[in-house]
Amino acid sequence: MAFNYDKYLRLEKMPTLWCWGCGDGVILKAFVRAVEKMGIPQDDICVVSGIGCSGRFSSYVDFNTVHTTHGRTIAYATGIKLACPTKYVICVAGDGDALAIGGNHTIHGCRRNIDMTMIVINNFIYGLTNSQTSPTTPKGMWTVSQKAGNIDPTFDTCKLAIAAGASFVARESMLDPKKLEKAIIKAIEHKGFSMMEVLSNCHINLGRKNKMVSAMENLAWIDSITTPKKKYDAMTPEERLNLLPTGILHQDTEADEYCDMYAEIQKVHQGARKSITQDDFAKKI
Amino acid sequence: MATREIISTGNELAAIAAVDAGCLFFGGYPLTPSSEVMHEISDLLPKIGGVAIQMEDEIGGICAVIGAAMAGQRSLTATSGPGMSLKAENLGLAQMAEVPLVCINVMRGGPSTGLPTRVSQGDILQSKNPSHGDYKSITLCAGSLAECYTETVRAFNLADRFMQPVIVLLDETIGHMHGKADIPTAEDVKAGIVPRKRFDGAPEDYFPYECEHDQPAVLNPMFEGYRYHFTGLHHDRKGFPTEEIETCRKLIQRLEDKVELHKDELESYEEFMMDDADIMIIAYGSVSLAAKESIRHLRKEGIKAGLFRPITIWPSPAEKIKEHTDKIEKVLVVELNIGQYHSEIQRAAARLDIAGLFKVNGRPISPYEIVNKVKEL
Repeated sequence: MAFNYDKYLRLEKMPTLWCWGCGDGVILKAFVRAVEKMGIPQDDICVVSGIGCSGRFSSYVDFNTVHTTHGRTIAYATGIKLACPTKYVICVAGDGDALAIGGNHTIHGCRRNIDMTMIVINNFIYGLTNSQTSPTTPKGMWTVSQKAGNIDPTFDTCKLAIAAGASFVARESMLDPKKLEKAIIKAIEHKGFSMMEVLSNCHINLGRKNKMVSAMENLAWIDSITTPKKKYDAMTPEERLNLLPTGILHQDTEADEYCDMYAEIQKVHQGARKSITQDDFAKKI
Repeated sequence: MATREIISTGNELAAIAAVDAGCLFFGGYPLTPSSEVMHEISDLLPKIGGVAIQMEDEIGGICAVIGAAMAGQRSLTATSGPGMSLKAENLGLAQMAEVPLVCINVMRGGPSTGLPTRVSQGDILQSKNPSHGDYKSITLCAGSLAECYTETVRAFNLADRFMQPVIVLLDETIGHMHGKADIPTAEDVKAGIVPRKRFDGAPEDYFPYECEHDQPAVLNPMFEGYRYHFTGLHHDRKGFPTEEIETCRKLIQRLEDKVELHKDELESYEEFMMDDADIMIIAYGSVSLAAKESIRHLRKEGIKAGLFRPITIWPSPAEKIKEHTDKIEKVLVVELNIGQYHSEIQRAAARLDIAGLFKVNGRPISPYEIVNKVKEL
């Protein structure tokens, strides 16, 4: 039987404001299926989104939802999670939201390793505001703010997250929704900060001047720049040059989670343990 | 009401007050001269199962606080001028989405980095409109050590009553002042807590933003079966974005009217030796302490001066001010800025001849400077 999304959607908000052929809907559906498969009650989830096309994600799903200011999803989510540590907190942000204006919160959310999942929908462009350069826009591509061609180097979301301390880092694209759904389940199941980058298309605003005017052309390009981690690992540095690996790129199940560690702080102040010292940590610096 | 005596600083008293008032979450960033609020509360909150987190920046601090408040907890942040500037956008979201929280601003010299360790009252106008757009701020200003405690408690109750951020202004002098304060007992404060309203009906009948034209939203805590939407966009009765003309107008008008039409619940001021005064000094915060001293001195010389001290700064006690300025000819506003509240007093009094004594060099105003100025009037 086909999956019935109705229970999880705010049907009165349909149709979405996303363009025809946009990948955001595919990602939203994969997320909803992941929640259903995990059996998480709708009341126990909070979805926090920022500004941009991805910002509207939160208003379409029937959970506790917050549409924050630009770039601040993780900061809001940190307050929500620390107030209610047993609940599921999911951030949804775009590449501009998560890596440009919200870069600092992304780095520090990863560093704290606080238990939440951040879905970064990377469409390589500022879509909602008509094609400005984002931190992931490939060099040489046309944007409305760099019509001569983008000269800004790009961020690798996943490398950034790993370096900053996220204990789960994965990348998938919306080309394979089944794989994406499984990855989202793994990300949510993981205890700690989970960075889930999802590559998506924006044929309207990325594609229009970069020879990808249809969703299919844009998706073909995404296909051409991605390869499964296993294949990627076997490649030479030259072969890897313009490729992004997909799959679970990093997972550390031993890393201390922030809410757990804060509970230890509470114990110290409540007299249940003496103090927290360097000896409590295998990795100190 | 029973009181207790505590020897502490203004900043620490504010932190103690927050915890006594039921605050369970603090998010902030170190900022002189407010940091002691965080130092104190980071010891107090974990003791009672609460959380104090030092975020990566000022913006992170206010956002985490809004998040915790959305989840249902009484939440606090503390900062000073530069931090207020950074928090401004998200204070705007809290105004728009009607999220209650308390934000303490221990004022230092500005603009920009200014005079980090020196006193100022330069954030008076900022505290009226920290963020862009139309809304009505509630700002309280502590004029003594005891008020660092009592005004912080009042701020939490007002935040939940009006469902919006409440700013508590301290200044460097009062924040770092160390001394004895007679404050209410924690039991009395707890007994006086008025928690935010909540909806107890069926979830399908719940419309958090559907309320009378002069009433705040009724926002239930998250994760309790009432799923709705928070946004900084114009929104409908369930919290969802809308551009419907009448809904947009009504929302902004309601943000104004929920405060404007209930100013009587907010008004707070002190009158010191005002009964027979023919000179009125208007001062607030630490400056009011010097003003009181100057009045005692002037009275010894036979000059009948009195003090009007606004405690709720915004909305200003405009009617009360006018009542006085209609009767008293000589009015002097003393403040540690270049006349920010002076302009409000002129507006309230509908007079342009209100005198001012302003100081913007990071140093307090001494009682003698006020005495000399009064004699010039």
